[in-house]
Amino acid sequence: MPGITREEVAHLARLARLELKDEELDHFAGQLDDIIGAVARVSEVADQDVPPTSHPLPLTNVMRADEVRPSLTPEQALSGAPAQEQQRFKVPQILGEES
Amino acid sequence: MTVIDLVSYEDALATYDPVMGLEVHVELGTKTKMFCGCSTELGAPANSQTCPTCLGLPGALPVVNAVGVESAVRIGLALNCEIAEWCRFARKNYFYPDMPKNFQTSQYDEPIAYNGHLDVQLADGEVFRVEIERAHMEEDTGKSTHIGGATGRIHGASHSLLDYNRAGIPLIEIVTKPIEGAGERAPEVARAYVAELRELIKALGVSDARMEMGQMRCDVNLSLRPKGREKFGTRSETKNVNSLRSVERAARFEIQRHAAVLSSGGTILQETRHFHEEDGSTTSGRIKEEAEDYRYFPEPDLVPVAPPREWVEEIRGSLPELPRLRRNRLREEWDVSEHDMQSILNAGAIDPIVATIDAGAPADQARKWWMGELARNANETGRALDELPITPAQVARVAELVAAGDLNDKLARQVIDGVLAGEGDPDTVVDKRGLKVVSDDGALGAAVDEAIAGNAGVVEKIKGGKVAAVGALVGAVMKATRGQADAARARELILEKLGVEG
Repeated sequence: MPGITREEVAHLARLARLELKDEELDHFAGQLDDIIGAVARVSEVADQDVPPTSHPLPLTNVMRADEVRPSLTPEQALSGAPAQEQQRFKVPQILGEES
Repeated sequence: MTVIDLVSYEDALATYDPVMGLEVHVELGTKTKMFCGCSTELGAPANSQTCPTCLGLPGALPVVNAVGVESAVRIGLALNCEIAEWCRFARKNYFYPDMPKNFQTSQYDEPIAYNGHLDVQLADGEVFRVEIERAHMEEDTGKSTHIGGATGRIHGASHSLLDYNRAGIPLIEIVTKPIEGAGERAPEVARAYVAELRELIKALGVSDARMEMGQMRCDVNLSLRPKGREKFGTRSETKNVNSLRSVERAARFEIQRHAAVLSSGGTILQETRHFHEEDGSTTSGRIKEEAEDYRYFPEPDLVPVAPPREWVEEIRGSLPELPRLRRNRLREEWDVSEHDMQSILNAGAIDPIVATIDAGAPADQARKWWMGELARNANETGRALDELPITPAQVARVAELVAAGDLNDKLARQVIDGVLAGEGDPDTVVDKRGLKVVSDDGALGAAVDEAIAGNAGVVEKIKGGKVAAVGALVGAVMKATRGQADAARARELILEKLGVEG
């Protein structure tokens, strides 16, 4: 049983706003399936006593005090923006005409 | 715009049973954002409160705000929830320009608080228990301004502008379990729940929870099922219902709309709906033709939160008296009806009245001024009571002057007007405006003589035994002194001069 199907790859590509051609879907589906298969082997060696983890370090409760620190200036914040207007990030139309 | 069919509320409830789910977002009152040290101060210039972390720039790492976590635990405990021993943040991935990171840092299957309840009291005193599914930590999004469309709406806009000052401000999302069994009182329960939650949040000191400022926002999920059936119907999700009145209206409207669709043989679409303040209606937003796929996964840049039990118990020990219990206690102390207490609550007058009593005023006087003169002024000027430029101590001083006989009610109102107009504290206003009750006999005597001389008919009646007619003469004295006379003393003087026993 494959780790990921071609349909799932197409779905993920759409969610990630990636436009993939048919042959690319074929290509990536195979590659991703191999990767998932390789990663799945980790579960085979992990025994019941090894808890799943999402972080490499055994840390909890790393918090900061609620103290204000300097922000960027608006000019700095906007310096990487492709477009700006009224000191705001300018983005293309959000809803298409059909909406 | 298409006309929406509705059936009458009574007809809808005769056939169907409503089930609701309420999702409330509360913006915390922390000084800084949830995952970075940017200020949360309102009203700052656009994009002046951002940093690499909240802008999602490469390499920036979030660190969670300790007060944000503590506030979440406080809310969870006050809602009778269990507090997770260990929980994580998760990324909720979506493409929308309100989040520069292309994901919102939230919590998914490991909320910090879960399985609680909040008892809410309806206007007639009935208590309804609302079960809480969960309360979790997340962050607010940026503010969009849509350009080129009609009245700033996203529909028809040519482009949008983003201010990320709000992006990253701590939010607590509180989700109820399905609310069943409220029947015809469902809209009332929805309103009472949001109202009670708001009071609770304020009492906990974790947020001002001003709905009109967007600090507290509500989504109303509602479905109908034929009476007697167990299985829930398809729900609609009415987003951003942002006042208590709107919560009640939105629930009521959706009940009537669902009933019309179902009773004509149609099916309810699972969709997002927008609420319209002007007429209380909802209109279709986005249809969810497929399940949302946010590809949640544990946030790798943040470590788990594991609230130590001693700390949780310490917080539990510091919780204030719950607002509903406090209200009931005050209601008994003040000896007022459920209805009057509800009015006091709705007016936002509980805290000012308590503070005024603490400053030395009798309860009835404190109530009278805050619910009378001051409520009227607040209403006229569109302010909340606690925004009026008068302190509870100043109101208590006015009450003290009235009790001492230095002011009558009419003069007291003028003193309050003066304080509200920024003329100084009550004693200063009394001095400046010359608002003392005239009670010395010399000053009153002339006005009394004048009243007797000008009202021969009334004088005859009084002398003939109709003592009650003296009111007309007292009125004349009050008029002549522009309300500053001591009415009781004037009455005594008149009767004395006429040689009549009072």
